Amino acid sequence: MNTNLPNLETFRDEIRLMTLKELHQLGFGHYGGSLSIVEVLAVLYGEVMKVNPRNPKWEERDYFILSKGHGGPALYATLSLKGFFPEEILYTLNQNGTTLPSHPDRNLTPGVDMTTGSLGQGISAAVGVALSHKLSDKGNYTFSLVGDGELNEGQCWEAFQFASHHKLNQLFVFVDDNKKQLDGLTKDIIDPLDFEEKFKAFGFYTIKVDGSSLKQIYEAIEKGKAQNDKPVAIILDTVKGQGVPYLEEKENNHHIRPNQEDETAILAAITQLENKLGKAVT
Amino acid sequence: MIQTPQSYEFDKIEMRQVYANTILELAKNNSNVIALEADLMSAISTNKINGQIPKQLINCGIMEANMVGVAAGLALTGKIPFLHTFAQFATRRAFDQLFVSGAYAKLNLKILGSDSGVTAEHNGGTHMAFEDLGLVRLIPNSHVFEVSDGTMLGYMLRKVEKEYGIHYIRTIRKNAVKLYDENEVFETGKGKVLREGGDVSLIASGIMVAESLKAADLLHKMGIDATVIDMYSIKPIDIDLIVKYASKTKAVVTAENHNIIGGLGSAVAEVLSEHCPTRMRRVGVKEQFGQVGKADYLKEFYNLTVKDIIDAVKELKIK
Repeated sequence: MNTNLPNLETFRDEIRLMTLKELHQLGFGHYGGSLSIVEVLAVLYGEVMKVNPRNPKWEERDYFILSKGHGGPALYATLSLKGFFPEEILYTLNQNGTTLPSHPDRNLTPGVDMTTGSLGQGISAAVGVALSHKLSDKGNYTFSLVGDGELNEGQCWEAFQFASHHKLNQLFVFVDDNKKQLDGLTKDIIDPLDFEEKFKAFGFYTIKVDGSSLKQIYEAIEKGKAQNDKPVAIILDTVKGQGVPYLEEKENNHHIRPNQEDETAILAAITQLENKLGKAVT
Repeated sequence: MIQTPQSYEFDKIEMRQVYANTILELAKNNSNVIALEADLMSAISTNKINGQIPKQLINCGIMEANMVGVAAGLALTGKIPFLHTFAQFATRRAFDQLFVSGAYAKLNLKILGSDSGVTAEHNGGTHMAFEDLGLVRLIPNSHVFEVSDGTMLGYMLRKVEKEYGIHYIRTIRKNAVKLYDENEVFETGKGKVLREGGDVSLIASGIMVAESLKAADLLHKMGIDATVIDMYSIKPIDIDLIVKYASKTKAVVTAENHNIIGGLGSAVAEVLSEHCPTRMRRVGVKEQFGQVGKADYLKEFYNLTVKDIIDAVKELKIK
């Protein structure tokens, strides 16, 4: 791995900490699916993507489209840490008049490339962005992140067929395979079968990795970039609530309105991360 | 004011040919123009221009929801996507995509909905949109047009290319009655007065404009003089013109190849009830689904004929 792993680990911990803090400040929210995408966000924004926080609309940038829009809090934490907007803004998450709505809005938040939240739609927009760059012979990469539950939506599979047909090799689709959706386990609601086989059948260059491993995610991206005739699918084997053992164990962890026990555990996780990062406990 | 056509002859060029020709012209002049199709290229004649603009005409296959999303992605990077499919697929089928990925995201999409209303003919009820104008009208900041002839279609396509936002153009595919000279100008938010008369105002769009002109000819013989307005800009709508002629004629009849809920009749009624309460009747489809049949049969079935317009005027007991 030609990258600075210790720095990325710190960035990952900071994203996780800020995600927990903004959701804790709000008092409820999509903890599970925000925490499970922290590692991929750390690799993308910490190492891989060309972005410019001083000029979020920079034409040469790589695009990131969070198709599973309910993961917004983790994206906001990442963008804030990158300098797209000040930390204080994070604590306005979902409050009246905020620029950080529960689902991302490209017209409200610097660094958000597409408005998402109606599941299945962001991925089509990502495909359109990748198509546009290909038509114009530009080198920008488009990274998009879909949820495993989101893949219930037929529109996702329309988008994958289209991407494959047009050989959009600068398109990366990450699947947050955290095995749960709002009402329970994905296998109990609509069994996803084998994502790896499905993406391969749809013509994608497909790699499955441990979604908590920065190194594996980074190396998969490098491999995807090294081939030039297929869109890339990286299946992230993740855990809903990833990185916070108490939340990983909690059964219904898609959207949490913490009870007293949850509250204690979330505060403990925040303190633990702050200590690890050498931050003053407040 | 335009001269009322002496005879109501169909234009020699089909609306679909106008669309294909205009897209070719726009694409050649602007590399950012990208036309998207959903496996209906041969229906709208863009298959005839395909070889000339291979990178600017994309067949998305039968996936309208994805087509709208891809268009949104193209628009994100500064492209100007023109999407075409039949009106019901462009609106009913992909409404949330149009709403969220297009309008809510404040992106720049040009949508052509073809085979409007009864002109879907033998494709029948599944393919017959009587709701599309209403659906798109509900989207905040959308622009909604129903074009009545080929001159207008070509003009509006060139016009919306230069304007930002969601623009929905409703059209028929085949030949329309020719209403306008090539040098006619069409503004957003304006209607065209095609005939002046002091007794009743007939406000129509699309294929019902020619029917309203024919009705006005017959009404004249009955001693009733009708104003006829082509209200191609359904949103924004020409409030001043509606109020002016409603005040003058004291009676209004709308006519549309669409459900009377949501479309032109609703839009005119909203204006009148707030600005100039006026007795009115709405000619259009009432609580019905489409079905197969030739357009003439369907126009009779759904009460979209010259006679229906005249009956509506009579109901208002003008004289």
